[in-house]
Amino acid sequence: MRHMGYRIMNNKPLRPLYTIPYTAWILLFVITPIALIIYYSFFDLAGHFTFDNYKNFFSSVYLKLTISSFWYAFLITLFTLLFAYPTAYFLTKTKHKQLWLLLIIIPSWINLLLKTYAFIGLFGLYGPINALLETVGIGNQQILFTDFSFVFVSVYIFIPFMILPIFNSLDKLNPALIDASRDLGANSWTTFRRVIWPLTLNGVKSGIQVVFIPALSLFMITRLIAGNKVITLGTAIEQQFLVTQNWGMGSTIAVFLILFMFIIMLITSSSDRGTTINGKIK
Amino acid sequence: MKGILRGAVVIIVISAILLLINGKLNEGGGNANKNSITIYNWGEYIDTDLLKQFEKETGIKVTYETFDSNEGMMGKVEQGGTSYDITMPSEYMIEMMKEKDLLLPLDYSKIPNIKNIDPYFLDLPFDPGNEYSLPYFWGTVGIAYNSSLLEGQTFEEWDDLWNPTLTQQVILVDSARETIGMGLNSLGYSLNSTNMDELREATDKLKTLSPNIKAVIGDEVTQLMINGEAAISLTWSGQAADMMYENEDINYIVPEEGSNLWFDNMVIPRTSKNIEGAHAFINFMLDAEVAAQNADYVGYSTPNLAALDLMDPEVTEDERFYPDEETRSHLEVYRNLGLEMLGHYNELFLEFKMDMK
Repeated sequence: MRHMGYRIMNNKPLRPLYTIPYTAWILLFVITPIALIIYYSFFDLAGHFTFDNYKNFFSSVYLKLTISSFWYAFLITLFTLLFAYPTAYFLTKTKHKQLWLLLIIIPSWINLLLKTYAFIGLFGLYGPINALLETVGIGNQQILFTDFSFVFVSVYIFIPFMILPIFNSLDKLNPALIDASRDLGANSWTTFRRVIWPLTLNGVKSGIQVVFIPALSLFMITRLIAGNKVITLGTAIEQQFLVTQNWGMGSTIAVFLILFMFIIMLITSSSDRGTTINGKIK
Repeated sequence: MKGILRGAVVIIVISAILLLINGKLNEGGGNANKNSITIYNWGEYIDTDLLKQFEKETGIKVTYETFDSNEGMMGKVEQGGTSYDITMPSEYMIEMMKEKDLLLPLDYSKIPNIKNIDPYFLDLPFDPGNEYSLPYFWGTVGIAYNSSLLEGQTFEEWDDLWNPTLTQQVILVDSARETIGMGLNSLGYSLNSTNMDELREATDKLKTLSPNIKAVIGDEVTQLMINGEAAISLTWSGQAADMMYENEDINYIVPEEGSNLWFDNMVIPRTSKNIEGAHAFINFMLDAEVAAQNADYVGYSTPNLAALDLMDPEVTEDERFYPDEETRSHLEVYRNLGLEMLGHYNELFLEFKMDMK
C-alpha cells in the first residue's frame, strides 16, 4: 500500500485527475451543505441576522430534548451492540459464514417505512405477539407506543450496520493469536477480554458510530412506533422545516447535531493506536 | 478489471434508461399543453371517476397529484417546478398564499355554478369576496370514540377526555394547531388565541391529560380506531366518517365548548399555465350532480346546496357532519397567526409532547 501511494505521489500529472471526484464530492455534498446550514442558522423568520436561534436552543425545551435524544440513542446502541457482538462472533465460526451474514443483511434491503408499518401490525393489541402472550398466560399488553417498542424496532433496524464492521474485524483476527493465548494458560474469558476484544475494538467503534449517530436523529419511528412519546432532535428539525417554516431554528438544531456527531467521532476514533496496542504489551 | 468495467457500463446504461423513462413520466407533471390541467389535491379527496367524466366532457386532459400537508403543498407551489393549475389549500393557508402572492384571482364569468354554493360559505374572512378561492369541502374537529370499548361511556365536552378512568386511551393528532386549540377551547378561550398567558394555561392543562394519552400520531389513527385498537381520538370529521363507515361502534361528536370549523378550497396558483382549463374544472366540480357524487365518495361535508338536495337525507340531516347554523356559530375558523405565532404554538406543542411520560 505504502509503495503504491509513493508512486502516485511522484507521478505528478496523474494526481489532479484522481483527486477530482473526491474534491468535487466533498465540496458539493459536504462543505456546501454544512456551510449553508450554518449560514441559515443565523437568520430569524423575518430574514434578519440574529443569534437568537442559538439562545433559544439553550432554553429548557431543546436542552431536555437533547438529553432525551442522547439517552435513547445510548440505549439503542447498547442493545444493538449486546446483540450484534455475539452474533458476529458466532457467524465467524460457522461453515458458510458469508451466506449467514448475507441472510442477516437482506432485511436491510427492504424499505424502512415498510418494516416499520409491519411492526405496527405485529405489536398491535390483536397482533401475533399479543396472541402469543395470551396463550402463554401473560395476557394482553400494550406494546405499541411504549419505550420498549421504540427501542426494539430501532435496534432491529440498526443491527445489520453493527454486525458488519464487527464481523469484519473478527474475521480478520488471526486465529493463531487465540491459540497462543490458550497455550499460555489463559481461560476463555481472559482470552476474550485481553486478546479478542482489544483487537476487534476498532470494528466495535465504527459500529457504534454508524448506530449512535443516526439514532440521535431518528424521527419517523418516534411517531409510528412510539406515538411521539419519544421525541428526538430529528422530530424537532422536521417540525421546524415542514410546519413552522423556521429554517433558521431548524438549521441551528442541525448545527448542534453536527457538533455532537463530531464529538462522538472524536471519542470513538482517538486512542486507536496509542492505548490498545501499548496497553496490550504491558 | 474487465468485469468491473462491464459492470460499470451496465449500470450507466440502466441509469440512462431510467432517467429517460423518468423524464417521460414527469412530462405530465409540468405539462404546459393548452389542453391539459394539473390538479394538486389532498390524498383520497376526490372521486376519480369524476376526473374521467371531466376529461370526456371538456376534452381537457387531467394530470392528478396529491399532497399530505398544506405546508408541503405551498412549498412545491412556491418552488414553481410543476405548473399546477388547481390546488386545494385550507383557509389559513389561503391567507398565507395570498401574502406570498401565489394565487390568481378567479373570473366569475367563467364559474356560473357559484350559484349552487350555500351563501353561508361565501365571503368568509380568510378570502373576502372570494377573490381567489371557492369552497370544496368543509368540516369540523371533534372526538371520535368507540363506546363498546368504554363500557358505554359517551362524550359531550372536551373535559370528558380528562376523565381518570381513561388511562392510556386517548389518541391525539400530531398537529400543533389542533392539539393546542383543544387545550384553549377546553378552557373557553379562542383557538386563535395569541395571548401568551392563555397559551401557557392551555399547555399546562394539556400536560395534565398525559396519563390518558396513548399516542400522538397522524393518519394511522383511522386504522387503529377501525380495528378497535384505540378507543378515543381527536380527529377531523371526514376521518371520523371513514372510521364510522368501517366500524359501527364508533361515534363522533363536536364538543359543546367549541371547536374548529375548517374549509378546504379550490384555488388557481400562480404556476397555472392553463387558466381557462382551471376555471372549467372549478365550474365542473361545483355542478350539483358532480358535487353530490364527490361528497358521497369522499365523506366530508359539501358546501354545495344544490348537491345536498340530491344526496341521501340520512347523511345530510346527520347533525354530526352537517351541524346546523346554531351549532356552527360556536365553532371557529383558524386565522393565519403569522409564522412567529405558529412557531410559538409548535414550541408549546413540543413541550407538551416531551412531558407525556
